[in-house]
Amino acid sequence: MSDIVLQLQDIETCYGKIVALRGINLVVKKGQIVALLGANGAGKSTTLRTISGLVKSSAGKIMFLGNDITRSPAHETVRNGLIHVPEGRRIFKGMTVQENLDLGSFTLKDDGVRKKRMERVFGLFPILEKRRKQDAGLLSGGEQQMLAMGRALMNEPKLLLLDEPSMGLAPFLVQEIMRVIRQLNASGATILLVEQNAKAALKLAHYGYVLETGKIVMENDGNSLQNDARIVNAYLGN
Amino acid sequence: MSNLDIILQQLANGLILGSFYSLVALGYTMVYGIIKLLNFAHGDIYMVGAFIGFSILSVVSGILGDGWTGIVATMALSMIAVGFIGVIIQRIAYRPMLQAPRLSILITALAVSLILYNLVMSITDGEFKAFTVGLGYEGISMGEVYITFTQMVLVSATAVLMTILHLFINKTMYGKAMRAISIDQDACRLMGIDVNRVIAVTFFVGSALAAAAGVMAGVYYGSIHFFMGFVIGLKAFTAAVMGGIGSIPGAMLGGLILGLLESFGTQIPFIGSEWKDVFAFGILILLLVFKPTGLLGRTEIERM
Repeated sequence: MSDIVLQLQDIETCYGKIVALRGINLVVKKGQIVALLGANGAGKSTTLRTISGLVKSSAGKIMFLGNDITRSPAHETVRNGLIHVPEGRRIFKGMTVQENLDLGSFTLKDDGVRKKRMERVFGLFPILEKRRKQDAGLLSGGEQQMLAMGRALMNEPKLLLLDEPSMGLAPFLVQEIMRVIRQLNASGATILLVEQNAKAALKLAHYGYVLETGKIVMENDGNSLQNDARIVNAYLGN
Repeated sequence: MSNLDIILQQLANGLILGSFYSLVALGYTMVYGIIKLLNFAHGDIYMVGAFIGFSILSVVSGILGDGWTGIVATMALSMIAVGFIGVIIQRIAYRPMLQAPRLSILITALAVSLILYNLVMSITDGEFKAFTVGLGYEGISMGEVYITFTQMVLVSATAVLMTILHLFINKTMYGKAMRAISIDQDACRLMGIDVNRVIAVTFFVGSALAAAAGVMAGVYYGSIHFFMGFVIGLKAFTAAVMGGIGSIPGAMLGGLILGLLESFGTQIPFIGSEWKDVFAFGILILLLVFKPTGLLGRTEIERM
């Protein structure tokens, strides 16, 4: 049981009167990449937003590393090592690349550690080092995604929630991002990945869940999902 | 007076006026940047700053005298006190309204303004209070131009405060967080930034700067009044809009430009100094017509 990083029990979330999640149960184990698949509006992003505390669940329980974080505000769950890279990247345009990365380590007091982490991020994404003094708003879409992930890594995540990291990117950049995700995972990060690009996500994922209108309708290990006829028909195409 | 003398003299007058405007405009622009509120109570914070300074000075002058030592101590203490008043107002009046429609919080700000100035009016019986300081009128004269040491010190003090603010905004984590919140609050939460806390810090800094301006105005003009915040509130708002509301360098620049425009406006033939407010607001209208984002403002596109 101790290798469970994240566990959602019967999570329900509403936006006003609209019910977005209708009892989600999922488990992410240490060292895994878990994919969360589903069509537009199925509730994938809402699931991540509920986990990180940006929206409050109306019922259910979220356990992170053995602690109940159901009611924790977003800025507190971050301090425990749960980092959410939101959909659309949400980098701070108008601030420099370096300032964006600095803010990623807002909770950190030690400048020496901050510098070490930044070097590690620059190792993963060398382009960010070249552009460190530039306005983040001037980066290309792929570079912005790298910055969003780099900013998250500045916080040394124990669990990384990635929302559509490949959205709007050219195919070779999608591959690049997926390569980095695999690399992060190999160096010990546990990842919950939301993707429209089910094919790319299932190639990486150890385990996957399929969401449909706020409910989990299918779950299995990555390989089985990849070969499941229903998944192939609905999300992977032929 | 020769033309050059007039220009120099008005430059000096404009700089000091502009200093007051800039310091108050900074609070406007910082609060707008972070929670998109036009804090119409901010002029009254400046006025409260002057009165708090007045009370503190009456105690401090007994210990440190009413020269510069006493004044600097008064200013520092007033800035801290008014900073906390700003935080308390934010906590009680504005924070509960943050999720409400924008108009509701604007009306709240007007209410806070009414409360503050009526409160000070009833405490002071609506009377002018003499802000007695022991500064002479010594200065340097260049031909017909005369600039007092007081003027020079006040302008320098403004420059020092702005430099400190600039370093705070650009070099410290809290300053960066402040700018980031004005861009994307949810993204800030995901970085572990306690948004409410940073908003409180913003109100502290903005109110403290207004208090500094209030004390300086007391020192400079020699008397204070419960209504003194009204016009400067409008002028500082004008300055903030001129510079581009939300932009910190814009507020500094807008304040100085407005101060200079007003003092030089008094020199236009047939337009006497009683027209200087018309001049200031006329410029605002022209600017809103031709460059609505202000001098240093960014174009914001409201997406549907």
